[in-house]
Order: sequence, then C-alpha cells, then structure tokens
Amino acid sequence: MDQSTPGDQQSAGPGLALPSNLLKIVGVFASLALTFIGLTAITFIIGRVMPADPVLAIVGDRASQEVYDQVFLQLGLDKPIYIQYFKYLGQLAEGDLGTSIMTAQPVADDILRFFPATLELATVATLLGIFVGIPMGVVAAVHKGRWPDHIVRVIGLIGYSAPIFWLGMVALLVFYARLDWVAGPGRLDVYYDGIVEPKTGVLMIDAAMSGEWEIFRNAFSHLVLPASILGTFALAYIARMTRSFMLDQLSQEYILTARVKGMPERNVIWGHAFRNVLVQLITIIGLTYASLLEGSVLTETVFSWPGIGQYITNSLFNNDMNAVLGGTIVVGICFVGINLLSDLLYRLVDPRVR
Amino acid sequence: MSKIKNILLSFTALVMLSFGSAQAGTPGNTFVMAKDIADIITMDPAEVFELTTGEIIANIYDRVMMFEPEDLQTLVGGVVESWEVSSGGKTITFRMRPGLKFHSGNPVRAQDVVWSLQRVVKLNKTPAFIITQFGWTADNVDSLVQALDDNRFQITITEDFSPGLVLNALSAGVASVVDKNLVMSNEKDGDLGYEWLKSRSAGSGAFSLKTWKANEIVTLEANPDYRHGAPGMKRVILRHVSEPSSQRLLLVKGDVDMARNLTPDQIKGASGKSSIAIDNNPKGTIVYMAANAGHPILGKTEVVQALRNLVDYESMANSFLAGQFVVHQAFWPGGLWGALEDTPYKQDVEKAKSLLAAAGHADGFELTIHTLTNSPFPEIAQAVQADLAKGGIKANIVTLEGKTLWPKYRAREHDIILARWSPDYVDPHSNADAFAHNPDNRLEAKLTGVLAWRNAWADDASNMLAVKARNELDLDKRKQQYLELQTMLQKTGPFVIMFQQNEQVARHKGVVGFVSGSNFDLVFYRNVIKQ
Repeated sequence: MDQSTPGDQQSAGPGLALPSNLLKIVGVFASLALTFIGLTAITFIIGRVMPADPVLAIVGDRASQEVYDQVFLQLGLDKPIYIQYFKYLGQLAEGDLGTSIMTAQPVADDILRFFPATLELATVATLLGIFVGIPMGVVAAVHKGRWPDHIVRVIGLIGYSAPIFWLGMVALLVFYARLDWVAGPGRLDVYYDGIVEPKTGVLMIDAAMSGEWEIFRNAFSHLVLPASILGTFALAYIARMTRSFMLDQLSQEYILTARVKGMPERNVIWGHAFRNVLVQLITIIGLTYASLLEGSVLTETVFSWPGIGQYITNSLFNNDMNAVLGGTIVVGICFVGINLLSDLLYRLVDPRVR
Repeated sequence: MSKIKNILLSFTALVMLSFGSAQAGTPGNTFVMAKDIADIITMDPAEVFELTTGEIIANIYDRVMMFEPEDLQTLVGGVVESWEVSSGGKTITFRMRPGLKFHSGNPVRAQDVVWSLQRVVKLNKTPAFIITQFGWTADNVDSLVQALDDNRFQITITEDFSPGLVLNALSAGVASVVDKNLVMSNEKDGDLGYEWLKSRSAGSGAFSLKTWKANEIVTLEANPDYRHGAPGMKRVILRHVSEPSSQRLLLVKGDVDMARNLTPDQIKGASGKSSIAIDNNPKGTIVYMAANAGHPILGKTEVVQALRNLVDYESMANSFLAGQFVVHQAFWPGGLWGALEDTPYKQDVEKAKSLLAAAGHADGFELTIHTLTNSPFPEIAQAVQADLAKGGIKANIVTLEGKTLWPKYRAREHDIILARWSPDYVDPHSNADAFAHNPDNRLEAKLTGVLAWRNAWADDASNMLAVKARNELDLDKRKQQYLELQTMLQKTGPFVIMFQQNEQVARHKGVVGFVSGSNFDLVFYRNVIKQ
C-alpha cells in the first residue's frame, strides 16, 4: 500500500515533482522485482525440498533406474539448488516459463487457458459481492440490532462459514438437477465445445465477439451457479466488513452534527458515512478479488471449472514445478496489480491521499 | 439511478434467459463420458503409461498384436495378418494386413511398424522395458527389428523368451503403429517427433485425436475407413469431472452418457434409476500389502504368514469394498490365462498368533503401514490396522500422495506398503517379473521397477521358476509353471495379496457397446451405439 501522506507531497515542492514521481515509479518497479524474486525463490525452494519426487512425476513409479537417472539429469536435478534456481530465473527473463509435465504444453499457454476461466468466475463473484454485499452491510449497520441486521448477520455467517464444497453440491442438486434452471458442471455444453475461437479466453466475451449468442447464453448459464457460490463468500465478507466500518462511522460526532442540522438520513448515510468507509472498502474488495483470482480450488473442483486454482493444485500434487511457479507468478501479479489499482482508487475517492 | 435500474434490469433478464438453457441430453452421434482425466501427461504411445491415456491410445492406434473387443480372450494380429515363429523361437516374421491406412491417408507399411518399435527403444521412456527386455537396445534394434519389404518385417530376440510372451508383449501400448512419414515430418532436433506427438495422434485406429485440453476435455473423431468399419459414434468425448458427485449429477441429468468414477454409494444410488444401468468389469488391478524383507521382524516368513492369516478379506470385500473389489490372493489377476483362483487365506487369529510365537514375537510388535491417500486405501489400512491388533501387532498408518510414497518404496524405506498393481500387458510374465523375479537383491543394483527388489526379497526357487516359465515354449507347461509360481508366492513371498478390482461404470441404458477388458488399456469405444 502507498503509505505517503499529503504532507509528504507538499514538502517535495513543485520543482522536485518530476524526480519525486520518477523515484516513486522506480520504487514501484524495484518492489515488484523484489516481490517476484522472493516469490519465485520461496516457491522454488519449497518445490525442491518437498519429499515428492519431480522425476517420478514424469516417468511414473514403475520406471527403471536407468530411465529415472536419464530424466533426473535432463531436469538438472544433479546441480546445486541455487544453480537450478538461477537457471530458472534466466529462462524467466527470456519469457520462458518452461513446459508443464501434466499438460505437455508451455506453462505460458496453460496460464492463458486456465487463468481467464478463473478471471471470469472471480470477477462475476466479486461484482455480486460488491453490488449485494455493500448495500446489505449498510442496511445492517443502519438497522443495528433489528431484524434486517439479524438477517444480514445470519447470511454473512452462512456465507462465510458454510463449506463451499457442500454449498456447491447442494446448489447443483437443487438448481441444476432438480429445477433445471441452470447448466451443470463445466464451462460449456459439449455441443458448443470448440466452436468459438478463443481470443480473450473469457468464454462469454469470446462468444459475444464472435456473435455466437447461443453460446454466450450457454456459457452464462454455466457460470451462474459457481459464480453465485463463490459470490456468496465474497458477499458475506464484504457485507460484514461494510457493516463494521459503517457502525464505526455512524457513531462519529460529525454524523450526529449532520443529523442535528436536519440533513436527510439518505445523505447522512450515503453522502457522509459511506464516503468515509470507501477507502477501507476498496482494500477489502481488492483483497477479496485477489484471493478469488488466486483460484478457488473447491468451487473449481465441484463445478469442473478449468481454472488456475485447480491447475496449481494439480500441479503441486504432481510436483509439476514449472506449472506451480508459473501459476504462483500469475497470482503474485494479481496481488501486486490489485494493490496498485487500490492505491489509484484511494486517490480517486479520497482527496486527502492525492 | 435510472442507469443503474437499466443495468439491473438487463442483468435480471440475462439471468432469466439463461434459466433452463442447457441442451437436453448428449448429441446422438457423440458418446460423452465423465471421467477424471487429470492423469493424462502425454499422448505419445512410446511414453504413455497412465490409465486414461492407456485406453485412449488403444482406440487411436492399431498395435502389432491385439485383443479385439469382440473377443478379449484371444490374441489376434492387429496390423499383421499372420506370423511365423522360427524353429528356435527367437525370430518371428510377420505379414502385414493389406490395404491399411493411417488417419493421414498414408499406407500402413512394414517400415512403419519397424520404425515404431525402434523409436520406442531409442526414446527409452518408462514403458520401453516391455520390449527392451527382449534384448533390444538403441544400438542393436536396427538390426534386430527389420522390414523385409513393404508387407513383411522380422523381429529377433536375443533373450530366451517364449514366443507366446513376445507376441503378448507386442499387444502392449508400446507396440502401437505410428505413421512414420507424418511424425518424422514434424521431427525437431532429432527427437523422432517426440515433442510433436505428445499432444497429437498419428495412428490407424478407430479414432483420431481431435483435441486434448488438459484437465478439461479429450475429443476423439471416428475414422470412417477403419478396418472393422466406421465406429458407431462419430465422436467420443471424455469430459474431465474429478468430483464423483458431479459425475453422478451429469449422468442423471443426461449431460453425459457414462460416469466412470462413481463411488460405491453413488453406484448404489444411481442403480435405483430406471434409465441407468451399471456395468461390472473385472479389471487386472490388484491391491496388496508388501512387507519389507530387510526389516528385522518382517523379513521372517512366519511373520508374513501371520499377516496373511490376520487380514479379514471377506469382511472388507462385503462391506466398504462391496462391488468394487473381490477377494483375490495371487499375483496374476483372476479371469486371465494362467491365473490362480485359489483364495486359501481367511482370518484365523489363533493360527496367526501361533505363527508369531514361532517367529519369537508372541507379544506382538509395532510397525508402520504406508499407503496412498485416495480411497479405498486409507479405509483398507484402517481395517487392516484393526485386524493386526488382534494378533498383538500395533500398526501406525501413514497416508501419502503417490509422488511422495513411491520414492520411499523405491528406496526400501518402508515397513509395510499397501498399494496397487496392474499388469503392463496381458501375459503372466508381466506380474511374475515384478513380484517373483529379483535377480540382484543388492541395494546398489537399484532394480527399482521390481516389486520383489523394493521389498528386499529374493528367492532362488522363485527366480528360477519365473525364468523357466518366461522361456517355456509349450503353452500348457508354461501355464502350469505360472500356477506353481503363484502358489509358491502365496506361501513364501513378502506379499499379502488381497483384492482384485471390479470396475463399475454407470451408463444410460440406451448407450450400449462399451467394452472394458481386464487390463487398463483394453477399453474400446468403437462398438458404442445409442439405441
């Protein structure tokens, strides 16, 4: 997060504005580089010291020692771990994330295929969390201790504590199997597989760009349930936090003053109290979105959703370290990117940060 | 606010429109299966050794020799129509079936077969041992496997193997016939097309590979010119659904035609539906426990005998394994040529106690059972733990993922392993070589692919009989020798063989013709039709 204060900005003076901005940009890139080096180093070391054998992931448990040794050397596992790591960093610098053992494809290609699926799911889930969770939180705070508050708190408790795996199965059973309202597991019915050429990887966008509205509808129908389940978690978290932030603001003296002055209650809540929780909410929403982008393994498993979470988890189980590292880097980029975006949004919503 | 209202209204309309938008059922010309296909790592038959790809390449490639879905008991020629074994049994000359074509349209020639076998030996991937055991190496395979002309080729083995065994081994996935011209046109840096073929197909079988999206879908397209005629379905789709409950829902809703990985409870639930049929397919996979003979206590024959007498096989088979496993106590799976069907062991605690006393462990001892994390291994381990406790043996259970468990097993770092094994090809030698033949028990020999070696167990009599059976020319004698070897291992080996898998698949009643044989790669899609 950007820790600078308006005072810091002022002290720089107009003549020093450019170098200060440059320094900031350099600082951002330096921190990015350090983050990625740290991220890759830790993941790499964990991958290498795990008791799982990456050679057996390739050759299988029945391989003869000769075949095993051959692959052991091919992977460079005979070299010290720091040499292996620097070799990997060298590859990375050339934009080569390596090839996945599991998919036999370049990791970069895999990520381009799996990440948009998660992006699609996480974005819809987060939007649901924002557009339903925030009003719920505000209503609960305004009606503290009364029935709307109790309802929101119960929903929050369920959304936050109910196992997502169980929730997913129940939702599938009810809305897919019994009521036939939505499509089942997977991203698309088999009828439509391979018809739309992937451009962005986000099926609904690709279908819309190709004018395939039937496929768009089908993709949406497949997305509704997993996004709602995942959205329940986002919604519960955002609603709870909004309620807590709003309660804090509503007890402030400036709110009392506004009410005493006869300001309409709507303006007091949305124009004053809510505006002051926006910075905190952006942080919460950013963190929620980033954690959903990291991949929701259980949701992806129940709904056979080929996302980055399942990809990284399967890779980890199979000791497919190129894939794990590639996935980790993507998750790292998401966190850093969303963090930067949050910083920018702070400046938009809070004049004091500008 | 009106803008927000419009957006909300549009969104609601979209949600309403999406309701009930799923197509009902699967396409009439497409066979759709729900299956966990996360194990696929390659499509190259020189490297394939995983369960899912084993069956996929069986439908893409014709092999030198084959078992056909119409008769899974009889070995017949695949791309060859006849063969002749030399008097010494070391050279076999094959004649090609006329008129065969690859999916590319290229003719299937003897040169393709020879190149395919040579390629397997030269690439030397994990399953290569199935044919390199004949004495073929990268240096000599060009002279030992040769094309005589477009229609005939000859193989020569340097080891004293039974020709029956050689022919059986040539029905394994490594004997798949690959389109040489197509693959070599995509060769890179002398890799014999390895990188290219990893995610593509170049066969002459009933189907070709259209798409493989890892952890998502595999689509096969029918070969209308297949030698047995066009397959019943134009397309076969394997949808990756790792969660069995989701598989069941998809099946019941009609979004897939077959669910391949249902649990016993789900099978029971699905079997109650009038539109669903359950098929039982005995498979070659066996579940066994193995005691490390290097262990000061477990190395004693009486102790392993006591373990065999402590396990309550029937109780497990009739409860949590019901329908999925049957009791089997020999290393070669039941129902196959040369299988010993005897099940001499049942729980006999008193006998086990007297055996332990004879071994000097009347007061019992403590050991660790290492096993896999996936069902049913933890459940079996817990049942065995309770059984062993009756004999005074305290068993601790450690469950590990395969990738963590196998290194321990291969390094002989276990007390007892509870694991599974399935044959590499349909000949008893496949399992005899793993369970009963350990020619060099030294640690530095590193025969890590051999189960007997992993358990530090070697026995001269067992070794001799395994080699004798492997080399025997007379089929009846050979069969007798394998029966004898299995009986021997039931008494002396480090293995407590417990169960044989029974695969249960659930399908729509109107979808018929799916054939799943005993071995992992004896699965055929070409006769599937929708009635």
